[in-house]
Amino acid sequence: MTNICLYFQVHQPFRLRKYTLFEIGKHADYFDQKKNQEVMQKVAKKCYIPANRIVSELIHRHEDFKASYSISGTALEQFKQYAPEVLESFKELAETGSIEFLNETSHHSLSFLHDKEEFREQVRQHHKTIKQEFGQKPTVFRNTELIYNNELAKEAENMGYKAVLAEGWDGALGWRSPNYIYQPAGCKNIKLLLKNYRLSDDIAFRFSNKHWSGWPLTAEKYANWLAPILGDTINLFMDYETFGEHQWSDTGIFNFLKHLPAALKQHNISFHTPSELAKVAPKETLDIPNTISWADIERDTTAWLGNKMQQAAAKKVYELKKNISKKQLDTWRKLTTSDHFYYMCTKWFNDGDVHKYFNPYDTPYDAFITYMNILQDFEMQLKKQQGVFSKFTKLLRPIEVNA
Amino acid sequence: MSKINVLMFGWEFPPFKSGGLGTACYDLCKGLSKNNTNVTFVMPFAPEGATAKFVKLVGAHEKIKHLRLRTIKSPLTPYLTSKEYEHYYQHTQSKNKHLYGQNVFDEVARYTAAAAQIAKEETHDIIHCHDWMTYQAGIIARKTSKKPLVVHLHATEFDRTANNPDPRISHIEWLGLKEADTIITNSQFSKNNIIKHYNIPADKINVVHWGIDNEPLPQHPSIPLKEHKTVLFLGRITIQKGPDYFVEVAKRVLDYEPSARFIIAGDGDMLPRILHRTAELGIADKVVFTGMLKGADVHHAFQTANIYVMPSVSEPFGLVALESMKNGTPIIISKQSGASEVITHALKVDFWDVNEMTNKIVSVLRHTALREELTHNTLREIQKFNLEEPARKIKEVYQHPYRGKH
Repeated sequence: MTNICLYFQVHQPFRLRKYTLFEIGKHADYFDQKKNQEVMQKVAKKCYIPANRIVSELIHRHEDFKASYSISGTALEQFKQYAPEVLESFKELAETGSIEFLNETSHHSLSFLHDKEEFREQVRQHHKTIKQEFGQKPTVFRNTELIYNNELAKEAENMGYKAVLAEGWDGALGWRSPNYIYQPAGCKNIKLLLKNYRLSDDIAFRFSNKHWSGWPLTAEKYANWLAPILGDTINLFMDYETFGEHQWSDTGIFNFLKHLPAALKQHNISFHTPSELAKVAPKETLDIPNTISWADIERDTTAWLGNKMQQAAAKKVYELKKNISKKQLDTWRKLTTSDHFYYMCTKWFNDGDVHKYFNPYDTPYDAFITYMNILQDFEMQLKKQQGVFSKFTKLLRPIEVNA
Repeated sequence: MSKINVLMFGWEFPPFKSGGLGTACYDLCKGLSKNNTNVTFVMPFAPEGATAKFVKLVGAHEKIKHLRLRTIKSPLTPYLTSKEYEHYYQHTQSKNKHLYGQNVFDEVARYTAAAAQIAKEETHDIIHCHDWMTYQAGIIARKTSKKPLVVHLHATEFDRTANNPDPRISHIEWLGLKEADTIITNSQFSKNNIIKHYNIPADKINVVHWGIDNEPLPQHPSIPLKEHKTVLFLGRITIQKGPDYFVEVAKRVLDYEPSARFIIAGDGDMLPRILHRTAELGIADKVVFTGMLKGADVHHAFQTANIYVMPSVSEPFGLVALESMKNGTPIIISKQSGASEVITHALKVDFWDVNEMTNKIVSVLRHTALREELTHNTLREIQKFNLEEPARKIKEVYQHPYRGKH
C-alpha cells in the first residue's frame, strides 16, 4: 500500500502571428492575440473551469485530498488577459490549503540548456509571480517538460528547493522503482520525485483508447491497480489539459477524476503533495548525468532541439539577449517559450500525429520561417536602439570637449 | 494469374521527350513489365526529326521486357498546339510531308485511322490511352476489338490553358472520358477538376499518384553555381506552369536578396513574353535562360539550385517535383498540384501568392539550417516513391475495368 501525489501542468504559450519577410523592420507586433485568446477561452471552457470545479468539490468532500499544480508564467498572464475567471478559481483553490503550487521557469523555456543565468532569472520571476498570485512560496521545482539531469538538481538545490521532479524513465532508473524518494547524485538537501509514467499515461494518453486492454478505465479499476503497489508514493504527473481537452468530456474523464478519491479510500490510499514527500528519507542516490524529459518515446530533448532548424533558432534567440533592453525583455522571453521550438519538430511530421494536433502551423518549416522572420526584426530593433544610443553619446561628446 | 495484354496509345520515349508525359509513359511500361503485363506501345514518331538517334530510342524500350513498340509516322507531340502544328507543317522539309494532315486535327484523325489498323493486328485484353490526342484512337480501337478502354488523364485542356480551353480539344477530351470504361487520374486534385469540368461520375475515376524510379542519379562533381543563391524554374514555359509568377517573384526576392540568381530551364510559347518581362523588371542580368534541358543536364540544373520552384497554375501531378527531390534539392510547389497531396516535406504555396512565395524563397536562401533540414528530409521522403506501386494500382484497374460503370 502506498500514497499518491498528483501534479498537473498548466501551460499556454504566446503563439506567433504569421510574420512575413515584408514586415521585418516595420513593426514588432509578433503575437497572435486572436488565436491566443481563442485557445485560452476554449481550453478554459473545456478544461480549466470544469476541472477546477471538480477539484474544489473533491477538496470539500475528502479532507485528505491534495493536489499540486505548476502554472507557467505565460499561462498566468493569459488568464489575466483572456480568462480572469480561471485565475480566480485557481486562487480559490489556493485558499483551501489543499493545493500546492510548484515553481518553474516563468516562460516555460529551455533556458536551462542554453543560458544558466537566464534560467535563474526566469525561475526567480516565476517564484515571485506565484507568491503574488497565490500567496505561496514554492519549495518544489519542476523544469520545463521535466527536462532533468544531475546538474539541474544541483542548480535547484543551490536555489534552495527541497525537491525536484523528473520522468521516472527506465533508461535512467534501470531496475529501480519510480515509487520511492531519491537523492540526486551530488546533492545533499534536495529530493527527487519521479513520475510513474505507466500509471500517469493510463490516464493522460490511454484513457479513451478503445483498443487498450484497460479500456474502459473506471476509478475503481484504477484504484485496484494501485492498491498492491509498494513504495513511498505513486507520482501521477500529467498535463492538466488531459481533463476535457486531450481527453474530451464525453470520454468520462471528469467522472473518473470525481470518483478517484473515494475509490482510493476503499484501499486506504491517501494523497500527498510534493513538499510533503520532500520530507521523506531518500531510498538511495540516483545518478542521471544525461538529460531526460517527459516527451515522446525517446524521453530526450529532440522534440525541441533535435533538428537543425530548432538548433539554429535556439542559438539565435539566446545570442540576442546580450544587447537587450529592459523594455524588450518580456517580448524576448516570450520568444524563448519551448513551444516555438516544438512546432519546428520534424521527427513525427511524417506520420502527422500528436505533434500536429498541437501545432498552429501547416509544417515545421513554416514555424521556422515565421520564428526567424521575427528574430530578424527583433535584432533590427535592438540595433536601432543601440544606434539611437550611440548617436546620443556622440552628441554628448563635443559638449564634454567644449566644457 | 494470367498475363494481361495491353494495347497502349502513348507518347514519346526518352530521350525524345519534351515533358513529364514521356517519362510517365516510359516509367509506367517499366513498372508494368515487372507486374507480369505485356504492353504493345503505339506512339507517333517522325523519323526525319531524329534519324541518327533512332537506335537509342529502340535501346530505351528494349531495356524493358514484355514491351513491343509500334510507331505511327506522325509529328504529333502531346503538348503541341494547333498553331505550333501549322508552323511545323509550313516549315518542315520532310519528304513525308505529303502524308501528314494539314492541321493538328487532320493529323490526329490520320493517327486515329492508323491506330484502328493496329488494333486489328494486335491481340489485346485492354486498351489504355494517354491524353486527348490518343482518345479517338482508343475509342475506335474499342469499337474494333470490343475490349475495355482505360482513359488516362495526365492533363486536361483546362490545365494546359489555365481555363481557356480550345473547345475542339475539350470536346475530344469529353468524348474520351464519356466513352471510357474507366478513367485514371494522377491525383485527387485532377479527379475533382474533371468532375467539375466534364461532369463525369466520381466512381468511374481512379486516382493513381505518380512515382519515380530508384536508380541512382548522375552526380556532377563540380557545381559552380551552388555558392550563389540559386533558384530554379524547370518546365515548359507555358501558362500552365506559371513562369510569369516566377519572374514576378524573382524581382521581389532580389529586393531582399540582391545576390540571388535565377535559372529558367525550359521552352514554350510564353518564352518571348517572359524574356521581355525580365528585361522590363530590370533583372535580366540575374536570370539565366537555358532553353530546354535533357538527360543529365536536367539533374545538373537541380543540383546547381538551392531551391526548385513549381508555381504551376493547375498541375495534375508534377513529376518534376519528385525529380528535384531525388536530386536533393528542396522544393516549393503550388497547392494547385497533385504532387502537393502526396509530398510532406515541401514548402507549399498558392500559385498566385507571390508574396508568400517570396517569403519562403528568401527564408530558404537566408537560413542554412532550413535548407539543410529540407534537403535531409527530402532525400528521405523520396524513398517512399517508386514505380511499382503506381503500376500495381494500374494493373488493378485493368483487372476491374467496369467498376463504377453506369
